[in-house]
Amino acid sequence: MSANLDSMVKVFERPQALTDARFTYCPGCHHGIITRIIGDTIDELGITDRAVGIAPVGCSVFAYRYYTCDSQQVPHGRACAVATGIKRARQDTIVFSYQGDGDFASIGTAESIHAANRGENITVIFVNNQIYGMTGGEMAPTTLVGQKSATTPDGRDPSLFGYPIRFSEIIAQLDAPVYITRQAVYDTKHIMEATKAIKKAFQNQVDGKGYSLVEVLSACPVQWRMSPIQANAHIADTVTQVFPLGDLVDRG
Amino acid sequence: MERSVIIAGFGGQGVILAGKILAQAGMNHGLEVTWMPSYGPEMRGGTANCTIVLSDEPVGSPIVDEATGLIAMNIPSLDKFESSVSEGGTIVVNRSLIERKVDRSDVTARYVNINDIARDEVGNPRAINMVALGAYVKATGSVPLDVVMETMAQAMRESGKDKFIDMNSAALEAGYNAA
Amino acid sequence: MGERLLLRGNEVIAEAAIRAGCQCYFAYPITPQAELLEHLAHHMPRLGRTFVQAESEIAAVSMVFGAAGAGVRAMTSSSSPGISLKQEGISYLAGAHLPAVIVNVVRGGPGLGNIAPSQCDYFQATKGGGHGDYRLIVLGPSTVPEAGELTMLAFDLADQYRIPVMILADGLLGQMMEPVELPDPVDPESLPAKDWATTGAAGRDPNIVLSFDMDPNDLKRANLELQAKYRTITENEVRYEEMDTEDADIVIAAYGTIARISKSVVRMARKEGIKVGLFRPITLWPFPYEPLKALSEKAKTVLTVEMSAGQMWEDVRLAVAERAETPFYGEMGGIVPTPRAILSEVKKHVR
Repeated sequence: MSANLDSMVKVFERPQALTDARFTYCPGCHHGIITRIIGDTIDELGITDRAVGIAPVGCSVFAYRYYTCDSQQVPHGRACAVATGIKRARQDTIVFSYQGDGDFASIGTAESIHAANRGENITVIFVNNQIYGMTGGEMAPTTLVGQKSATTPDGRDPSLFGYPIRFSEIIAQLDAPVYITRQAVYDTKHIMEATKAIKKAFQNQVDGKGYSLVEVLSACPVQWRMSPIQANAHIADTVTQVFPLGDLVDRG
Repeated sequence: MERSVIIAGFGGQGVILAGKILAQAGMNHGLEVTWMPSYGPEMRGGTANCTIVLSDEPVGSPIVDEATGLIAMNIPSLDKFESSVSEGGTIVVNRSLIERKVDRSDVTARYVNINDIARDEVGNPRAINMVALGAYVKATGSVPLDVVMETMAQAMRESGKDKFIDMNSAALEAGYNAA
Repeated sequence: MGERLLLRGNEVIAEAAIRAGCQCYFAYPITPQAELLEHLAHHMPRLGRTFVQAESEIAAVSMVFGAAGAGVRAMTSSSSPGISLKQEGISYLAGAHLPAVIVNVVRGGPGLGNIAPSQCDYFQATKGGGHGDYRLIVLGPSTVPEAGELTMLAFDLADQYRIPVMILADGLLGQMMEPVELPDPVDPESLPAKDWATTGAAGRDPNIVLSFDMDPNDLKRANLELQAKYRTITENEVRYEEMDTEDADIVIAAYGTIARISKSVVRMARKEGIKVGLFRPITLWPFPYEPLKALSEKAKTVLTVEMSAGQMWEDVRLAVAERAETPFYGEMGGIVPTPRAILSEVKKHVR
């Protein structure tokens, strides 16, 4: 190596908003990417000293370890209600919840919808991987028709278990939300787009505009019984057919 | 000395408000008081009642086995509470709506045509609760009429109903004179 | 302290919360505590404070979690079925060492029960209710003025010990009116700083509010910390009242509404020459075991009276053990025993 260090430009580093803690996520899981995007966003907006993150129950239960901002770890499904409490108590904070599909779209259905309907000035990151990863790969509200899981061993049969719920579309029916979008991070192009969306969702809150929701389609190679590459292809080819990407609401 | 009164009638006859004004008047008169309502669905149209305790020492129980007074605004109220009045107690009977007499001989009954007085003398059928209250304070002397009047006026002012003060004063006085 | 006002118990609790500096209140309507919610719906926004009618009891207590974690005084209130729903959040509040005030205006149960006064939630309030080894400070007001005083105290104790505090009232106390001098408002500037709260990590390491630890040894340590706190509270915060107990052969043990009714019973009994006294726990947790134990050395009978099947009775028997007779008289379903009904129970134990 004979590089002249003085002439080198740092093009990539760990975001200041992230701690040195190692992620507990599995290989090929997208949580790490999404967490990093949030860290970059907090850095870029310069809000580390105002941000309060909400760690849910699920694979991302340790989310509070990853940020250098304040955090609360909260009951399963209640993140949007807790976010309401924090934001109402301290309007100068930037409150974001980070929730999986079980948390946000199943056990937290009421909290998720009503915080959106009140137009709480918060940012919600909703990670949809169509499976309950942590507890052992059980059916999620977003599990695809026919998809096998620990509790749908023969595949999800809609006559017994219903259809994958498009929760962001439900919330998009409400009058209050400012920004609702569905993104993916299975390739560089989509990571760039998701980054823009997440930044916008935080910026909306900084600007006092109101409720923003970014759903991110995420891979769970372990519970899907796929390699990470297969999992990425599965999102691109199959999952996006059921959960189309793009903005659902943009009143910003 | 402890006095207690049950005020009972149909929902909408104003018994809850009459009770509040009596309790407030008692407090303004320097007494210890409690006011306890029946509450719940029956507030909306069924029977309503409240119990007021007036005492010169701190009130223990806000519920009483026997009240020293009863204002019965309708027949079901008299039927239900006649036996709950203590010996030597006072029952104000709304003769406009109650045809029967009080069965007991060990209590003082005051028969007052409450609805007729409200309609004909006061000129407002809704003033029945104040007619009844006026009759009760005359019959029992529990709180002076002028204290009740001032308390009522204060309550009306606080709820922005100043225009009803004269009418309610007339009703209290008419009830007082009729008992 | 100001002028005497004639107010409902529910209104007094609400007004005391305002005067205690409660910044955020979240609740869902239920009888018989609706006046509490309505009072705060009216007044909190006018004071620049937060009122949110939550989508559920669960959401309400979760909002309290967030606000308490953010370092402000926060409260929720409900009645029995709603308090059952709040148990998840109460357990998390306890585990996360968050100060909060929860008001239960108890009604008849179980299930939907009815809306009449009851004391059937004593076990739930004092023995757990939610999951995990935790305690709440539980205060049992007996009169409308005391409901106000204990609400003020609840906020102070919650902050001092970083613990959820429950006001265990009942439908009668919530609905009845009584003269009260409202307490003076606390100066918000005088409240203790909360350097653990999630206020934004400006110039400091991040604060994390949580009740979670995957490591059994660490979670054990966290539990031992909780238990140590509970011991301190038990040593310092027991509150109770005695009436005419010095020479009493029969001591009525009762709290809340039944205790005030029992004061009439003591007076009636004394007029008849029966030596009756009253022992009234004010803190239902920590329960005043020691003072009651001391009383039971002198009294022949400790008669527990409750609007339940006998819940506080268990604590009374723990305190009294074999030192005195420990009979029980209770009413259920929303029946409020009258003074005479209690007196006749007392007379059964006169020797």
